[in-house]
Amino acid sequence: MPQQVFQHTFPNGLTLLLERMDHVRSAAVNFLVPAGCVYDPPGQLGLVSIFSDMITRGAGDRDSRALTLAMDSLGLDHSESVGQLHLRFWGSTLARNIPPALELFADILRRPHLPPEELDAVKELALQDLQALEDEPRAKVMVELRRRFWPAPLGQDRRGTPESIERITPKNMRAFHDARFGPKGIILSVAGNMEWQLLRDQVEKLFGDWQGAGTQPPELTPPPRGNAHLPKDTTQTQIVIAYPSVPFGHPDYYAALGAVQVLSGGMGARLFTEVREKRGLCYSVSANYQTFKQVAGILCYAGTTTERAQETLDVTIAELKRMTDGVTEEEVQRVRAGLKSSVIMQEESTSSRAGALASDWYYLGRVRSTEEIQQAIDALSPATILEHVKKYLPRDFTIVTLGKNPLQLPV
Amino acid sequence: MSFHKHTLPNGLTIIGEISPSARSAAVGFFVKTGSRDETPEVSGVSHFLEHMVFKGTPHRTALEVNYDFDKIGASYNAFTSEENTVFYAAILPEYLPQAVDILADILRPSLRGDDFDMEKKVIIEEIGMYDDQPMWCAYDNAKKAFFADHPLGNSILGTADSITALSRDQMQAYYDHRYVAPNITVAVAGNFAWPDAVKLIEKQCGHWPTGSAPRPDVRPALPRAHLQVMTKEKLNQEQVFMLAPAPAADSMQRYAADALAMIIGDDSGSRLYWALVDPGYADSADMSFHDYEGTGSYFTSFSCKPEKTQDNLALIQEILREVQREGVSEDELAVAKSKILSRVVRGSERPMGRMQALGMGWTYLHTYRSVDEELANFDAVSLKDIRGVLDKFPFDALTVLALGPLAKLE
Repeated sequence: MPQQVFQHTFPNGLTLLLERMDHVRSAAVNFLVPAGCVYDPPGQLGLVSIFSDMITRGAGDRDSRALTLAMDSLGLDHSESVGQLHLRFWGSTLARNIPPALELFADILRRPHLPPEELDAVKELALQDLQALEDEPRAKVMVELRRRFWPAPLGQDRRGTPESIERITPKNMRAFHDARFGPKGIILSVAGNMEWQLLRDQVEKLFGDWQGAGTQPPELTPPPRGNAHLPKDTTQTQIVIAYPSVPFGHPDYYAALGAVQVLSGGMGARLFTEVREKRGLCYSVSANYQTFKQVAGILCYAGTTTERAQETLDVTIAELKRMTDGVTEEEVQRVRAGLKSSVIMQEESTSSRAGALASDWYYLGRVRSTEEIQQAIDALSPATILEHVKKYLPRDFTIVTLGKNPLQLPV
Repeated sequence: MSFHKHTLPNGLTIIGEISPSARSAAVGFFVKTGSRDETPEVSGVSHFLEHMVFKGTPHRTALEVNYDFDKIGASYNAFTSEENTVFYAAILPEYLPQAVDILADILRPSLRGDDFDMEKKVIIEEIGMYDDQPMWCAYDNAKKAFFADHPLGNSILGTADSITALSRDQMQAYYDHRYVAPNITVAVAGNFAWPDAVKLIEKQCGHWPTGSAPRPDVRPALPRAHLQVMTKEKLNQEQVFMLAPAPAADSMQRYAADALAMIIGDDSGSRLYWALVDPGYADSADMSFHDYEGTGSYFTSFSCKPEKTQDNLALIQEILREVQREGVSEDELAVAKSKILSRVVRGSERPMGRMQALGMGWTYLHTYRSVDEELANFDAVSLKDIRGVLDKFPFDALTVLALGPLAKLE
């Protein structure tokens, strides 16, 4: 059955997307609101994280308990997560419960109570979140890598600092909502067993009269880069490495994705084979592609005991550099098979599809069809991947380690 | 959806649930063996063996196993629990024959000495990785304290010492004893043709040796109230686990226990959420129900600033006492059912999810429960059933384990 994708942008700037999936009973909804942590006001880092907790503590006619009860009664699993550029509201339940769930989301987005008397409790949670980061070496080392690798403010951590959290007031909550929450630039994507016309009419009713100016994306400044070691008495040493790639939408995008899959696409991929299977250096090793509109990067991770950390780093870097020696036809076959099957299997998950619709729209201003993606995957070859890695050489590494001892870094 | 079952002459059971609208198929080999089936000398062998299964056969080297899976774009992996070792793959329907071929082949591993020595290092790295995760350390130690001399207290990973001491021959002996056909169930779900699947599996697995691998010790756990503090000065947050006995996997009370745990400790709108997380006393607090063969357990856990631990513990104990005394309300039960309905339906939309439910259901109960039957069982839970499970498994003897900066706790 062909994909059934629908799209409409309302006059106020809110975009609605639907992928109708007749073969499931559920549906997932996903709001991308351009209010991520890069919009933390200076001196109030961590504000968006706090705001994302406050925003579900009562909205519309319901106080915090009534709102939670209403969501739970619909079987609505939901989360509010803070990205760099977007605050994401996600929810999923039976398709028949999505219309009442959308009414709740409209209250949350447009009419949150942001109860001043609850701010202290939420700040307390934010402080614990910061404290807990120190107990999680893998998360901690990634925070430092992002800060160094991405242009500011894209690398800024959403958690803020104890001092900046302390400064946040109830007034700041209301001001943030007034300034950043408007229909312009919001992407609402829905995937599942839903009717387009009914959905569109309901969204128009709930959000059509909402007015407000949009948010200007932040100015980027060059990243600090440079390497770092974070000393910590842990069993394993954490190693993270980043280097630049091309953003989603770039003509080389699929080749970049193919290159990352050659490194880390399956258990037969290079990093897993060379670092884990052949040498037993670690349990977990991987490379991931991450993108913003203007910039992108490959972020690699390995965790290994102190004595073997140097060899792990050396082997990993050697593998990244070896990409320019070329890739084999067998490798590319495996990459194509893996990518194609993940594209098709995504059609079984309403949450994956809702997420993919929104991200396509944000980066490309359109939704790619499965066919288009498959053609691009089919076009991958050893030559296209090699041409790409030669143009965008794996170099200019930003390396952060965490553990007992610093490592010898490549020059 | 339709269900099918076939048992091969050597005792291997094949079960399948067909869903023609699925885009994929998933197949899993469920071996009924895990850490509870280990003696202390081979602690960690089930999990180590799970890794070794991927290290090759007379027909495939370790690298070829990975390449062959990747070639068909499979999402594949394996896991080991206290009671099961499961190997599985989700693939596009046309690749089911290849997926069965690889999985069936690797389930008869060579266990070559040099691969064994190399993988030992990986296991020790995995132990090190968990060592740096306080929540996981607390969970593992709480389980040990709760089950005490019961085999469910055995560590899944083992220790660096037990793994280092383990020999290839010990693993081979464990394998020969546990991986016999009657101890293995193959579950297939999604878009596939049943007769073809049976033919494929019979061709690959029909010659596997038969035998019996009974699980000797399936008594219920009878823990005493117990408090243990593990001081880790370098941590910031305190991690606390509280365990209490609960119904076993084959009990019809499991549905009431699951609903009760959700009412008390779901991450949204539960009693623990409102008492601890909403006011900022703990950054997480939840309760879940774990069922095993012959016994079960409620796991309640929270993490917080060390100085709030004592107060939070008292708050939770008060909540548990109140539930024990008064039960829960009709409204709470109705909300829990809505959440469960939504989760079960969504969890079953992917063949991978159905395959897991199918295989586990068969391993524990030797019966098939469709999604609708499973939902009906949850829907039938009444306040009387909740009272029944509270009376039979009261929260009055908790095993409490705290891990973090605290030196003591009362």
